[in-house]
Amino acid sequence: MTRAELAELAEKEQVQRDAKKLRLLVCCGTPCLAAGSEAVVAALRQKLAESGSPAELEVVGTGCLGPCSRGPLVTVQRKGTPDMVYERMDPQQAVALLDAYLAAASLPQQNLLPEDLPFFRRQQRVVLQTCGLIDPEDIQQYIGHGGYEALAQVLHEMTPEEVCDGVTASGLRGRGGGGYSTGLKWQLVQKGTGSRKFVVANGDEGDPGAYMDRSLMESDPHRVLEGMAIAGYAVGAEQGYIYVRGEYPLAAQRLKTAIRDAERMGVLGSRVLDSNFSFRVDIRIGAGAFVCGEETALLASIMGRRGQPRIRPPYPAQSGLWGCPTLINNVETFGNIAAIFTMGPAAFASIGSGKSRGTKVFALCGEVCNTGLIEVPMGMPLREIIYDIGGGLPGGAAFKAAQTGGPSGGCIPASKLDTPVDYEHLQELGSIMGSGGLIVMGEKSCMVDVARFFMEFCLDESCGKCVPCRTGTIEIYRLLTRLCNGSAAARDLENLEKLCHLVKDTSLCGLGSAAPNPVLSTLHWFRDEYEAHLTDRRCPAGVCGMDVKPLHLMAEELLQRVVASRVNGEAF
Amino acid sequence: MSAITLTLNEELVTARQGQTILEVAREHSIHIPTLCYLEGLEEMGGCRLCMVEVQGSARPVPACITKAQEGMVVATDSETITEYRRMIVELLLAERNHTCAVCVQNGSCELQTLAARLGVDHVRFDYLHQQLSMDASRERFALDHNRCVLCLRCVRTCDAVEGAHTWDVRGRGVTSRIVADLDRPWGESVSCTDCGKCVQLCPTGALFRKGATVGEMVKEREFLMRLLERRRAIQGRQS
Amino acid sequence: MKRLRLATAWLGGCSGCHMSLLDLGEFLADIAGSIELVYGPLVDAKEFPENVDVALLEGAVANMENLELLQQIRERSRIVVSFGDCAITGNVTSLRNFFSVDDLLTAVYQAGPGTLPRSDEAGQVLPELLPRVLPLHQVVAIDAFIPGCPPEPDRIRTALESLLKGEAVQLSEEQRTFG
Repeated sequence: MTRAELAELAEKEQVQRDAKKLRLLVCCGTPCLAAGSEAVVAALRQKLAESGSPAELEVVGTGCLGPCSRGPLVTVQRKGTPDMVYERMDPQQAVALLDAYLAAASLPQQNLLPEDLPFFRRQQRVVLQTCGLIDPEDIQQYIGHGGYEALAQVLHEMTPEEVCDGVTASGLRGRGGGGYSTGLKWQLVQKGTGSRKFVVANGDEGDPGAYMDRSLMESDPHRVLEGMAIAGYAVGAEQGYIYVRGEYPLAAQRLKTAIRDAERMGVLGSRVLDSNFSFRVDIRIGAGAFVCGEETALLASIMGRRGQPRIRPPYPAQSGLWGCPTLINNVETFGNIAAIFTMGPAAFASIGSGKSRGTKVFALCGEVCNTGLIEVPMGMPLREIIYDIGGGLPGGAAFKAAQTGGPSGGCIPASKLDTPVDYEHLQELGSIMGSGGLIVMGEKSCMVDVARFFMEFCLDESCGKCVPCRTGTIEIYRLLTRLCNGSAAARDLENLEKLCHLVKDTSLCGLGSAAPNPVLSTLHWFRDEYEAHLTDRRCPAGVCGMDVKPLHLMAEELLQRVVASRVNGEAF
Repeated sequence: MSAITLTLNEELVTARQGQTILEVAREHSIHIPTLCYLEGLEEMGGCRLCMVEVQGSARPVPACITKAQEGMVVATDSETITEYRRMIVELLLAERNHTCAVCVQNGSCELQTLAARLGVDHVRFDYLHQQLSMDASRERFALDHNRCVLCLRCVRTCDAVEGAHTWDVRGRGVTSRIVADLDRPWGESVSCTDCGKCVQLCPTGALFRKGATVGEMVKEREFLMRLLERRRAIQGRQS
Repeated sequence: MKRLRLATAWLGGCSGCHMSLLDLGEFLADIAGSIELVYGPLVDAKEFPENVDVALLEGAVANMENLELLQQIRERSRIVVSFGDCAITGNVTSLRNFFSVDDLLTAVYQAGPGTLPRSDEAGQVLPELLPRVLPLHQVVAIDAFIPGCPPEPDRIRTALESLLKGEAVQLSEEQRTFG
């Protein structure tokens, strides 16, 4: 396919789309599928067939729309009117919607989300711009929304150096958590020497409560592929790998379809869009190890070795897959690339604040009214994310803390609700941006218990290569367990802090050294809770059992028994 | 090879380009404790005992892998580092069942010596008391998981020196275990050549000669460098 | 000069550490004038006395009786010393930690060889076992450690000499190995 043919196809798609009088977009992301959206699609299609499949009507199964707790979601697109979104639809309700339209009656108001819902209004969708609008398994729909135009532009108008410069100018930073400048990384690989080079997309999203990458891969796989292809051209790689977490079968399947279709269309494979650039992408499925999200472990896993990190330097940009320069970026980072070139690096850089440019996708979950997938400009205050977009805590409950960055991140207390959410500010508070998990907690959450939860995760996911992470995490977990069950002794808190610093300072990889963050951050902001557990044997949130006696109390109790039995003249 | 100058514990020292901090320190008789590191084997940087402080680096770095650089300022035994090393040894002692009193390696064990050297006279952390097995199915040697510190010297030497790759690791985290031939009893291993290199290089009593009882296992490690040097000489003759 | 009120105690251990203490031989005679042995397996005292200067504790905490005594010792002594590997690490005594108390008692007193004691009788005679054997410092604060199984007499001598001078115990590298 040539660039002109691509443009022609896009236009044809748009015309076809505009010709429809009614389009029903049914969200088929994993949460909506779990809520039964497949049956909704089937019922609607059946109804359409029964009505003789009118050409001006269309039912599309799309990717994730966002407010996951409200699924199955159905978006109604009518010419000349704003989109209407219906929540919690079952097949009958969906068919009733279609019936009303066919009968030229007004559409039902039941289950209709308010038009100006802040959940949508306050978002800025760059990465997710076509999520929920297109069928992820239909490449033509992606092209119809301007897909692969950025790739065509880059291939035909720019040199690889200019592409790297463009990414640098956009201010984009790694969305996997590290926050390293993406453009600089691309330049490093571009300048690197090797017989071959590789591009790798990290889709091994493993943080509890995070599903940004999954949603993107499931809902808009071509956006990721386009970003990878642009990267391939920029750094001089002809082979890409996308490493998908084993627990994401739907994402892997949709990516597989996407790669096949893209190669058939000539937007991937040899001589991409009639240029001299060739780029193939292969999928690698993980086998359920959190540590394979660490870049060196991920590369080892792609090469068929045991998924364990190695010491850097050398960085993958110098020596990655099979010793060749390798560009590795997070899936969401690649999701930003096409937009940078469609809107222009300067326009992209105008979004966001300070050193954090562009938008960030978050998986909003926990004790918050609107859970789901959101995208906001960097620097939006946490309060707005939780109260405007998230709708606050259910029942107006008081906010206690937000956890960002998963097991490598930390908790942000209520006093810091006005913090702008960007790389620098979160780090200042002892947390991290991380990959984008955002867990909201109210007064019913015990912070010691939360720290214990994350530590259990870390010890379970430690690869075992270095001692501090392998054994330190389990010892930290045991100390936290003692605090939670009431059997902690005074020195336990001291040992806890010492161990946290050890693991942080001496672990081999980033995951190990970040493992104590949930403990250190809760110790910093909620030390009084730790002390209540230790000194008063009391859990302020009422979560912890506190039913085990510390040893020194056991001995005291025994002494009393002994004294009592002596008084009573019994033999002990 | 060009010479570089760096500061090691407040003294200016000269080193060759490409040398690690550990190599430079050893040449200048500065002791840095190590456990997984063994001259002649590929470094893995897993035990974290050789961590040293480098000025300008946010975190300590492993001396066994980090290359010395011009102008580097290194401290090998600050109070923080010494405390970290003690804690790492304590973690190792707590992780498995190193009951020195009844161990074949008692008296010549690297872990035991390290503990004494670093002043570890008790362990502050919980002993995990993992239920671990022993594999005595091989005719001449045995493996006792209770004493294993997962330094992987056995894995590395079997792979790179003997070329058999009998040993590898199963599981992850604290449940990691050394396994022979994709996890079968060592006695049934077909790749093992019975060369005994792993046994000699094992720092603790995890790998030992059958028949040895408490304190009787004495290991000889000098063979490794001897062997590698001879191999290099032969390869030099052939090329 | 006031004599050092020294106590020793035998918790969950084999008494090997006490044997090693006796192996100090003539040194014991040398220090006899400077110490007053107020409690332990080597003297006849029913109850642990008050105002003890130094207590050398052999063995781990294995049962409620050990726990009670340890608690009492800590309250009544100025300096408490973990004496030998069992006191410091749990050592051989803690090898029973791989089994539950029930399984252990069944294996030893019911399923095992020999004739006595049997069944409930064991439960009545034996002090209540803790679910796990513990090193002393996991129960109370410990001031000094003398490792070894048993600690060589020279280690004990070095420690006692320091304690007699009122100094902190400082063993050399060779003197502080476990095992």
